[in-house]
Amino acid sequence: MSLSRRNFIKGVIAGGAVASSSAYLFRSGTLSGQTSTTPGSVERLITLNVNGQARRVDVMKQETLAMTLRYKLGLTGTKLGCDRAECGACTVLIDDVPHYSCSVLTHTVRNRRVTTIEGLASSSGELHPIQQAVVDEQGFQCAFCMPGFVMSAVGFLKTHPSPTREELAHGVSGNLCRCQDYDKILTALMKGAEYMRRV
Amino acid sequence: MAEKLVGSNYTPLDLVAKVTGKARYAEDFRADGMLFAKLLVSPMPHARVRRLDTSAALAMNGVKAILTADDLPMQPPNAERALTNEPLYVGEPILAVAAVDELTAAEAIERIQLDLEPLPFVVDPLDALRPDGPNARTNGNAWGAPPPNSPPGTPAPLETIKWTTQDFDEEDLFRLPMGKPLEEWSYGDLDGGFKNAALTLDETFVVQSTGHHPMETRSAMAYWQNGKLFIHASTQSVAQTQPIIARWVGVDPSQVVLICEYTGGGFGSKGAGAVSMAIPALLSKKAGAPVMMRISREEESYIGRARTNMAGRVKIGFAKDGHITAMDLYIVQDTGAYGPLGDHRSAGLAASLIWQPPAMRWRAVNVITNTPPRSQQRSPGPMQANAIVDPVVSKAARQLNLDQVEIRSINSPTGKALYGPAGPNGQRRHITSAFIKEALARGAEQFNWNERKARTGLGQKQGSKVRGVGVAVGPHGAGSIGWDSIMTIRPDGKLYVQSGVGNLGTHSVMDLARVAADVLAMPWDKVEVIWGDTGKGLPWTCLSVGSQTTHAMTRANHAGAMDAKRKLQEIAAHDHGGSPDDYDVGNERVFRRGSPGSGMTYAQAAKRAIELGGKYDGHELPMDINPMTKGSATRLAGLGLMGVAKDNYPRDGDTYSFVVGFAEVEVDVETGHVTLVDFMAVGDVGTVVNPRSLIAQIKGGTCLGIAHALFQKSVVDPHYGHSLARRFHYSKPLTILDIPASMHAEALDLADPETPVGARGVGEPPVGAGYGAVLNAIADAVGDEVFRRAPVTSDVILMALEHEKPMHEPLRAHV
Repeated sequence: MSLSRRNFIKGVIAGGAVASSSAYLFRSGTLSGQTSTTPGSVERLITLNVNGQARRVDVMKQETLAMTLRYKLGLTGTKLGCDRAECGACTVLIDDVPHYSCSVLTHTVRNRRVTTIEGLASSSGELHPIQQAVVDEQGFQCAFCMPGFVMSAVGFLKTHPSPTREELAHGVSGNLCRCQDYDKILTALMKGAEYMRRV
Repeated sequence: MAEKLVGSNYTPLDLVAKVTGKARYAEDFRADGMLFAKLLVSPMPHARVRRLDTSAALAMNGVKAILTADDLPMQPPNAERALTNEPLYVGEPILAVAAVDELTAAEAIERIQLDLEPLPFVVDPLDALRPDGPNARTNGNAWGAPPPNSPPGTPAPLETIKWTTQDFDEEDLFRLPMGKPLEEWSYGDLDGGFKNAALTLDETFVVQSTGHHPMETRSAMAYWQNGKLFIHASTQSVAQTQPIIARWVGVDPSQVVLICEYTGGGFGSKGAGAVSMAIPALLSKKAGAPVMMRISREEESYIGRARTNMAGRVKIGFAKDGHITAMDLYIVQDTGAYGPLGDHRSAGLAASLIWQPPAMRWRAVNVITNTPPRSQQRSPGPMQANAIVDPVVSKAARQLNLDQVEIRSINSPTGKALYGPAGPNGQRRHITSAFIKEALARGAEQFNWNERKARTGLGQKQGSKVRGVGVAVGPHGAGSIGWDSIMTIRPDGKLYVQSGVGNLGTHSVMDLARVAADVLAMPWDKVEVIWGDTGKGLPWTCLSVGSQTTHAMTRANHAGAMDAKRKLQEIAAHDHGGSPDDYDVGNERVFRRGSPGSGMTYAQAAKRAIELGGKYDGHELPMDINPMTKGSATRLAGLGLMGVAKDNYPRDGDTYSFVVGFAEVEVDVETGHVTLVDFMAVGDVGTVVNPRSLIAQIKGGTCLGIAHALFQKSVVDPHYGHSLARRFHYSKPLTILDIPASMHAEALDLADPETPVGARGVGEPPVGAGYGAVLNAIADAVGDEVFRRAPVTSDVILMALEHEKPMHEPLRAHV
């Protein structure tokens, strides 16, 4: 098991494994008043339609929607669970279609409608039928995955209002839960589908 | 008294906040001037920092501070610290940079000059035991047993142990070599047991490691105010995490305010927080600004903990009727770079408990490897024992022509069953109660076991599909004793219950208040639960690990509520005459028995308690409560009538819970694909406190076990020591498409006789039930010789069926 430093490093390079931790990186535009030397750190002011409101926000070219929502618009209900499009915790609706907001560049959603978990309930506080069903059936446990599941279900049910249990499972299969009572999640979302049909 | 809240469903108090996105987890907090931290992690599995130059990084615009291991307080010898100068695994953090944003911090890390001296390393536990094998640490390769009669918490000694070349001869027979163990116990006549056996089997099984990977990584945000550390972090256990953070950071516990109202899963990986919490805490101090440390999924795969993997070998003797006559169990545990973990001990005790062998020997070596650190993962040890022992019992049942449910039933414990070796007093330990036979019978009937088992096995192949059924009993310790509670009835007439339990979504954080409310006949809408913030005054509370919380904290809160009730009776007697025993409680009043309108309301009694002072409003406290409880109660004194007590209820035996799992699988022998057709579980978990959450625990736990049987694993490259199953895609957790269309679970709801509420814990036992039942079902479908490791993936099945050889080197870990 002897290994020279040279071979080791060669192997590491060949394996593509390096001493970094690839992830979405948060970048503030202003560098606290200091001039940035980093390429690509120039922000542009754009207007987004989020939860029915026009929100003006400075974004960088490479900024993801998840980071804009969480760190610039204060909408922390959208969760980040993975590095890249694996878990669905960051799911939001863009023009009513579920998207992983960690994998959407913010500047691409100008002139489109973005809906997050915070935008589902009515302004008077009345829960969306899916939210109400989750409360009634106690659909989740730690609930870190819950906003993503709820958004996926809302989006799926808009185009598939009367799914079977199996179809709905496929509809939300891009979302992971680690508490893993998927059975109860599905029961809650099926009830949500029923509530939506009644509205 | 009507005990109506315990045993009924309710909407958890935090659910609307969760479903509207308002619930704030650690990474959802912001502070003015908040900096961001990034980690420099080791690219080598074992190395020493020879030279470190941070000057170029520190000179960058926006870089505020760099934290290295030299900035951390010392910890006990060999203990893990948040940063290190001698990384013991790939991905171990070496330093952290705080900057105005993450991109700047990441760029600063690129400019750090780090010279690492590579050191010998080992990723497979058996390689560490070879005569010429490398040691994972410069000062040893295994953890020994703590010295006999040493006080709890005594660190295990670090040892160096090598086996002989002859010991490894067994390897060629695909059997676990059994060289000198570091730990051993036995009881009964082992040789006699094997001599009297009608059938003796001796098999080896390799249990995988799996990352915990809670959905919420261990991100944390910290800042300091007036010398006090405020930290937003993710932990399973709020009260117990405060003193541990203080130790990691090097301050007094009174200087730490931990806020964690919501925890996005832990599964044992955030038992008392995470050692990495020290990084934002100390970086914030150094930089003089709040620091947010976001942990990526990839970083979580390094520092986020994993289950211990084991190679286990068990020899079991069976009588003709299936009764076990003797068991000889050997475990080589891989405890990762740090630890030490005690899963191997829990596995031995669990095997002794659920199979009740009249004679048993347990031996083990607890090996250190240069792989990511382990921690207890939901059913740490008992689950692994299910994989090592269950296939052997299943095979014996087939050879003896016995039913799989029957052989488990006749060997299962009942009542105050003994288990494990004799203690220093010569007595073996015993449990408080067990109703496994009832659970097996109920499950077999509900699952139509006899009908299903009639259509299984290769002999009844339908096209390329074969069915199999399996059953397993998952055991786990399920309750501790001796914790405290604090509650106040305040002049607004409400009951305020202080809960030091973490909020993982099991709802035990709130369930405990329902016990108190029942004792005081308080309607639920008049109960406020205060949780998730050590600044709010929390009692000394158990760790939310080891399925102990429901048992431990229902006891403590029963005791606290009884204390409050007694004080209500005393105040009523004081003001209205008679003796306290003349008074009862109900309808938010304390009244003279038989005269419900007499006496006073709770609101009035609360006011009177404040006027009377002393013990009534918390100005005088019991002598036996923990200092943490005393400090919290002192802060809450004067707010109302205080119930405060330590759980001094007697308990005869150790509390264990059990879940019985039944699985049916379909294996496609042409593709090797396994489909879980149906699953059901029955819990023997004491009185049901919160039915809906209990069933969720049983189903969620069995799903974790099912995933262990079918997909989930860690993979480590043996040549370079790199983890290859980083992130979700490669570690293969269960998805919503991997479960049957519906799953059924229920509980016996039989009270444990040794606790006032009758409740035992439930979080862990279902995991072994899911794991064991599915493994047994696959073997039932395709035969006993197809797999000797888990997960049982398609390649494993196909290689065995097509080529009659194992897919991997039989004893190799992390493949």
